[in-house]
Amino acid sequence: MNIDFSSQIQYIVALLPEVLLTVWAMLILLVDVFQKEDRSEPSSPAIAWLTLLGLLLAGAANLWLLTLREATPTGVIALDGFRVFTNFLFLLAGVLFVLISTRYLEEERLRLGELYVLMLLSTVGMMLFAGTRDLMLIFLGLELLSVPIYVLTGANRRSRLSAEGAIKYFLLGAFSSAFFLFGIALVYGGARTTNLTLVAQAIGVDGLRANPLVTIGMALLAVGFGFKVAAVPFHMWTPDAYEGAPAPVTAFMAASVKAAAFAAFLRVFLTAFPGLYDTWGRMVFWLAILTMVVANLTALVEPNVKRMLAYSSIAHAGYLLVALASASVIGAASFLFYLVIYTLMTIGAFAVMVAVAGRGEEWLDIESYSGLGWRQPLLGVVMTIFLLSLAGFPFTGGFIGKVFILRAAVEKGMNWLAVILVLTSLVSYWYYLRVAWYMWFREAPAGAPQPVRTPRAMTAALVAAAILVVALGVAPGGLLRAAQDGASALLQAPAACTYGRSPARGGGAGADVCHLTPRRPLG
Amino acid sequence: MTFEPTLVWAIVLLPLLGFVVNGVVALAAPERKIVPTIVGPAVIAISFAIALVNFFGMLRTGPETAVIVPGYTWIPSGSLQVEASLQLDQLSMLMTLIITGVGFLIHLYSVGYMHADKGYARYFAYINLFVFFMLLLVLGSSFPLMFVGWEGVGLCSYLLIGFWYTGKVNADAGKKAFIVNRIGDFGFIVAMLMIFANTGSLSFQSVFAAAPSAFTYGGAVVTAITLFLFLGATGKSAQIPLYVWLPDAMAGPTPVSALIHAATMVTAGVYMVARTGVLFALAPVSMIVVAGIGALTALFAATIGLAQYDIKKVLAYSTVSQLGYMFVGVGVGAYSAGIFHLMTHAFFKALLFLGSGAVIHAMHEALHHTHRDWDAQDMRNMGGLRRYLPITFVTMWVGTLAIAGVWPFAGFFSKDEIIWQVAARAVGPFRGWFTLYWVMALVAALLTAFYMTRLMIMTFHGKSRLPDEERHHLHEVPWVMYVPLVLLAVLSVLGGWINVPAAIGRMPVLGWVPHAEWLHHWLEPVTAAAERIQAANLPALSETAPFGGGEALWALVSFAIAVATIVIASAVISRVEYRPALESAAPAGFRRVLFRKWYVDEIYDALVVRPVIRASRWLWRWIDQGLIDGVLVNGAARLSRMVGWFGSRLQTGQINTYAFAVVLGVIFLFLFVFPRLF
Repeated sequence: MNIDFSSQIQYIVALLPEVLLTVWAMLILLVDVFQKEDRSEPSSPAIAWLTLLGLLLAGAANLWLLTLREATPTGVIALDGFRVFTNFLFLLAGVLFVLISTRYLEEERLRLGELYVLMLLSTVGMMLFAGTRDLMLIFLGLELLSVPIYVLTGANRRSRLSAEGAIKYFLLGAFSSAFFLFGIALVYGGARTTNLTLVAQAIGVDGLRANPLVTIGMALLAVGFGFKVAAVPFHMWTPDAYEGAPAPVTAFMAASVKAAAFAAFLRVFLTAFPGLYDTWGRMVFWLAILTMVVANLTALVEPNVKRMLAYSSIAHAGYLLVALASASVIGAASFLFYLVIYTLMTIGAFAVMVAVAGRGEEWLDIESYSGLGWRQPLLGVVMTIFLLSLAGFPFTGGFIGKVFILRAAVEKGMNWLAVILVLTSLVSYWYYLRVAWYMWFREAPAGAPQPVRTPRAMTAALVAAAILVVALGVAPGGLLRAAQDGASALLQAPAACTYGRSPARGGGAGADVCHLTPRRPLG
Repeated sequence: MTFEPTLVWAIVLLPLLGFVVNGVVALAAPERKIVPTIVGPAVIAISFAIALVNFFGMLRTGPETAVIVPGYTWIPSGSLQVEASLQLDQLSMLMTLIITGVGFLIHLYSVGYMHADKGYARYFAYINLFVFFMLLLVLGSSFPLMFVGWEGVGLCSYLLIGFWYTGKVNADAGKKAFIVNRIGDFGFIVAMLMIFANTGSLSFQSVFAAAPSAFTYGGAVVTAITLFLFLGATGKSAQIPLYVWLPDAMAGPTPVSALIHAATMVTAGVYMVARTGVLFALAPVSMIVVAGIGALTALFAATIGLAQYDIKKVLAYSTVSQLGYMFVGVGVGAYSAGIFHLMTHAFFKALLFLGSGAVIHAMHEALHHTHRDWDAQDMRNMGGLRRYLPITFVTMWVGTLAIAGVWPFAGFFSKDEIIWQVAARAVGPFRGWFTLYWVMALVAALLTAFYMTRLMIMTFHGKSRLPDEERHHLHEVPWVMYVPLVLLAVLSVLGGWINVPAAIGRMPVLGWVPHAEWLHHWLEPVTAAAERIQAANLPALSETAPFGGGEALWALVSFAIAVATIVIASAVISRVEYRPALESAAPAGFRRVLFRKWYVDEIYDALVVRPVIRASRWLWRWIDQGLIDGVLVNGAARLSRMVGWFGSRLQTGQINTYAFAVVLGVIFLFLFVFPRLF
């Protein structure tokens, strides 16, 4: 089907997965309300399964998107491989969230239908955030994804930490949203449009026609994105919010919120600002260095595993920024590939942490992992796999992901960035494998936690994620090709090439323009 | 006739199968010992058998080029194509035989050594996994695959160092090995990146084919690449300055020390330099560095070995020292000499470690009976053990004579080959350096003979220093343990004869063999490319050593030195009155400096470890714990409080701080924007 956004119905068709998920969320809310006798009663376990079903349906709709063709590259809703790829990623994260959270929510007396609804709405927000080409819609997506997460962070009303984390996250989130919105306003003021493709056209391929307002606006947008992806120095909220939020929510935040923000970051900067690569490439370059160095060094001495994982997620944001800074098809492909691996291993590691932490999240210290491997081989083995992958050990997905990012950086000539990535991820081996060390090389302490019980759904999710992490390390070919397709959709779209071409340069091949090259080396 | 490889993947994958089976047993039924006893050694034995089949096939056909055994495309992505395939050539064949052959003997020995350990199945799982990764390391056909093996053997090494994890010593040793090897890995990865950036490939064959045209001889890029590679090698192969982890790694079970920390893993760096010989040949400065570090390490570690009392520590420093010799060999460009010493060292050092394991095993059992709190590894507690452990005694003397370089034992041929190659290459631009290295290597050889004799005398000769009660409980080890000793002893005698130098081969009694320099010729297809580059750029080898004399003469001289040192050392050490460790005074004077290993650990701790920990603590406190307030933004916080920014209830200080950090970030990003505006 050809989509040219000539009628309202075409919008609905192009947004089918989002629409479907929104309607589904409303339905779940209704089911929940009518099925309960009393407001204080926990929701039926069926809600979780309904949520899963909704996510799967949205996945099917997402697949169907591939049959659509967009008539114009300026369409506000992108219909490209990139969107389909990232949508799948968000849905996958949602499915994993449902699978790992059931037992936890029950134990914490948080079995509430609305939490699932919020998760679904947030997912819709992510899909809009990463899949649209208009700054207004992107902002809408940002808020739709953020507000439910603020609520989810504070979902545990009995916990002081939870409330504190939520309020901090909310205040700072509002603060950074303001920057983001201001950035949009300035870009609009300078370019007279909020459509990403038209912005690119307005500033020209070499950025020479860029109004100063656009440049300043772009920097402010980078602040907003930097906050959401938790890049240093915009990361300060992360450990507090991650620590305070109920553990499954933390996993969800660390994985999919970050993935969505990164995907949108990539889309906005590659589609709208290829001409300003000289400026933003340099920004991202230094943000990446700061992020990798500070996060890895701080995690080194963090004794609390939940906070350690928070710093780990910041560190990974640094690696992803390297891929972003390289702004090439390879860079974007490695970026997408890494996002998938990152989601799997981060949710996996957080899920094990959820299981170990137990009721009331009592066992968060690294000591609680002593002897876990021998007490519970399955948890021990999968956690070891996730940790090795996070560290980037060969034959895991994490290794392949880093290899691709390194390759993208080297091909772009950013050798120092590559060297720092290598150095910092070698440092990270220490704090990841320290947990593994405790699991296998320490006797359980006196008064150790009871054996952790994991429900079947969670076990299945963990095992599946671990198998995927290893499989993608041994045979990454399939996902890699998919990532390359998704990435080239973004970079070779007429957006950055044809429309951005300045008249003076006229006939140059579109693909050349897309290989963004800085006028002088970035680092 | 072309060479048809047979089941090469099975050589690699069988140990992995062993790991899976033993791993399941370890997790599900750790008390079960039958399955690991059979599966553990059997998979290695079958691998060895298949390797032999391939070896004989190779002997028959003599392939001139490496055979690539295809697997699948591991990383398919545009310009970066990495095949998961194996490369079988003379070098990897030899390494495979050493790994599976010596590995099998050590597995067999472990059946006896570990029989009472409650982690029996776990032990075999780890050690099988180790063999898998080690085989991948030597058989992989590209840098990334080699790196997989490289990291994998490192992982197994930590697992096995920390095997007895109740001891803090083991945990610390594991940590140390871990950190030091990260530094080495950094070198390896950076080298890989640079190779990819300059040649566009990562598979050995295409990199080495492209190297002579991609790099200029002696150019900065190839020098940097090789130095980074060598940094990786110093980590894995325990050379200065990264050798410090290996002696501590002896905290693991003794068969592990024999297999991983003497015979195979620690030689991976030597293998890597030999494998990438083409690159090193293009970088003369790197060759001087490699050989220099090797010579320095050989000498330095030998001095430390003189003053240690722990029997395994002596052997550990001896290993570091012998690895230094191997690097001298591959560093000067005599690849076959380095690999030759790697092989003979695998035989005699595995023998010595397993022998020391037998001693420790016997001592431990005896001390265990009476619950005396003595160190079973301290040689001051031993003495006179030859009466109780006759087989161990004889085989260990064989190992000692081999490492000391006494004819006709293996070490005589291999060590002498290296020393001679340095002397013969001390011509042209390298004259000064290589003469120095040659002298250092000769002195280290003398020290080697001395500390090994000291070890043997203190352990086996003289009067027993054990009290009577324990002496009744000393027994020779069971057959599963001494059979490997005897076989390794046989190899330590015969192993050297496969590469008798031509000069000695011509002499009457000393060197009659049908094929002189057999190993050298066998490895020629692998080393030819590197040797061509050297021949084109360096002067021809000299026939005489720097101070005169030919190869045969110097062989006789070093033989004489070895024998004389052993005789003198026996006389000197026998006269020393040792007392049991607890009654001995701490060593004093220069002996103390050697005993404390030149204080290198202390120096590293003060210069490197503590500053890093301090920095990271500081960051953590500053960033994670919100102390940023007091340091930087007290003023801003006070200001914002006055304005009542977020209201008094939220005045934890942190929110302001965080927001302030965001503002700092905004300013930071604007630094990049401003240049565009004007």
